[in-house]
Amino acid sequence: MTRTLPPETVGAATAAPAAGTPPSRTLRQRLAGLDTTVSPYLYVLPFFLVFAVIGLYPMLYSGYLSFFSWPRFGATHGDAVGWANYAHVLQDPVFHKALWNTIGIFLLSSVPQVVIASVVAALLNTNLRGRVWWRMSVLLPFVVAPAAVALIFGALFADKSGLVNDLLAGLGLPEVRWHADRLASWTAIAGMVNWRWTGYNTLILLAAMQAIPRSIYEAASIDGAGGVRQFFTITLPSIRPTMLFVIITSTIGGLQIFTEPRLFDTNLQHQGGADYQYQTLAMYVFNTANSATDPYPRAAAAAWLLFLLIIAFALVNFLLTRALQRRSSL
Amino acid sequence: MTLRMRSAGTRPSFLVYGLLAAFLLGSVFPLYWSFVIGSVTSERAITTPPPLVPGGHFFDNAARVFDRIDFWSALANSVIVSSVAALSTVVFATLAGYAFAKLPFRGSNLLMAFVVMTMAVPPQLAMIPLFKEFANLGLAGTRTAVVLPWLVTAFGVFFMRQYLKDAVPTQLIEAARMDGCSMLRTFWTVGVPAARPAMAILGLFTFMQAWTDFMWPLLVLQGSDVQTLQTALDQLKIAPGQGLSDMALLQAGTIMATVPLLLLFIATGRQLVSGIMQGAVKG
Repeated sequence: MTRTLPPETVGAATAAPAAGTPPSRTLRQRLAGLDTTVSPYLYVLPFFLVFAVIGLYPMLYSGYLSFFSWPRFGATHGDAVGWANYAHVLQDPVFHKALWNTIGIFLLSSVPQVVIASVVAALLNTNLRGRVWWRMSVLLPFVVAPAAVALIFGALFADKSGLVNDLLAGLGLPEVRWHADRLASWTAIAGMVNWRWTGYNTLILLAAMQAIPRSIYEAASIDGAGGVRQFFTITLPSIRPTMLFVIITSTIGGLQIFTEPRLFDTNLQHQGGADYQYQTLAMYVFNTANSATDPYPRAAAAAWLLFLLIIAFALVNFLLTRALQRRSSL
Repeated sequence: MTLRMRSAGTRPSFLVYGLLAAFLLGSVFPLYWSFVIGSVTSERAITTPPPLVPGGHFFDNAARVFDRIDFWSALANSVIVSSVAALSTVVFATLAGYAFAKLPFRGSNLLMAFVVMTMAVPPQLAMIPLFKEFANLGLAGTRTAVVLPWLVTAFGVFFMRQYLKDAVPTQLIEAARMDGCSMLRTFWTVGVPAARPAMAILGLFTFMQAWTDFMWPLLVLQGSDVQTLQTALDQLKIAPGQGLSDMALLQAGTIMATVPLLLLFIATGRQLVSGIMQGAVKG
């Protein structure tokens, strides 16, 4: 590629000075030089400006705010209170519930999702008739907004006269109190996340699978390895980096879950069930900001704790996947 | 025989089609069922055995949705906010992605790493001060406040950089510069034409992201007349009277709020699929 370049550039370089007009050349050259050095910064500037205003500044201000009190109906923060807001949040039984709810819903949504997505991706990675059509079909739930998904699943999983309970009753099974029972509510909410995101992750894993050279499969076939065996010995190990990407992005998203549990709620307190059984950390932050005592500082402290949790989970995921990769490559 | 299985001729077994069909059924059914409930009377919606085929009352339910929420203004707001978000993100992300992918400058790797890291920051962390800030500026309850966080996204910059790395031959940029093109002109004549397919996908993707966003509009529009489709659904749910218990009304509203994106999906699903898959391989 680069071999063909020098003759062209030399030609262009020698042609250019002849075309320029002598008097203005130095200024123009200086301007061109400035253009070359400054332009890249100008092009990336809008992103950093927007992020400074809507991300960095408010984030740091949240950190600052979390060490102050907030007078009732006040317009600005009150006295410095040290770590009191963090202590309050960490001792709040509702925060503890929200923490476990978030982790529970996250596990119920991410683990089945990754498993099902890799199986469906392997199914799509065959010589299907109507390939494009099948790929589009798995993405369909992705265009349904989380708010709409929550209202649909809230009705499907209604405690009384919901289709799922009707079905269970029809099969002679006991009905489940999807909105009242803690684990059941996690399952229903995780179901929404799985429904919307499995197809999306399927396509990402499918893309990784298509990058695996066909010859590896052919060699395995000659050695007598069947489809299932090939999936475990070739496909899964080859897509590990993409798998890690999927797991980390679903961790970041899963721990922030807000819309689904909020709209799943059937009472108007928006507290995630009568006994906070499915209030998540993101809901906790939102509700704390709307509460009476020290609303913003406590919400800020809770938001920072949520951020730390996300970083911790992403790191654990990363290290775990790397350790597994090392062990199996030995 | 085993060799032929992997090469072009042989189709997969019925089991593969059967499993995929089951997955498809699971994907479609909740939407179908929502339409069924949205098209029967409120009484029929909660009787057993549950309705499984559509009734003829969708437009009655839709009329009641129009009574409860300002559907058309919410739709217009969603269209405006999402369009501005898509347009702005495409412009700024293409510029930034082009610079990161193709222009050598001091600190570019460090800045790019910073862009990627910002994706891990939960919006909850910035939400409250941002809301206070906008309220102080008199922006609470406006479309401007809803759209501001979407002016350019880290994902967009990352996506365009990944795409442009291979899509634009560096020699073409050098040739244009040697011909005396300014940086911006080079971007316009070399970068943009090559970036066009990725720009379309990013625009589509950002449009959908902004359209489906819920938490931020909910916070910044609370108590305002300006609503997006998603927050209007929330209002429909908590509408005084029987919002919560009226399943037919709620599902009709859900379907009405979903139809616009479904149409977009039908028109552009193919590009969306290839965009997600391209982003995955390069990311």
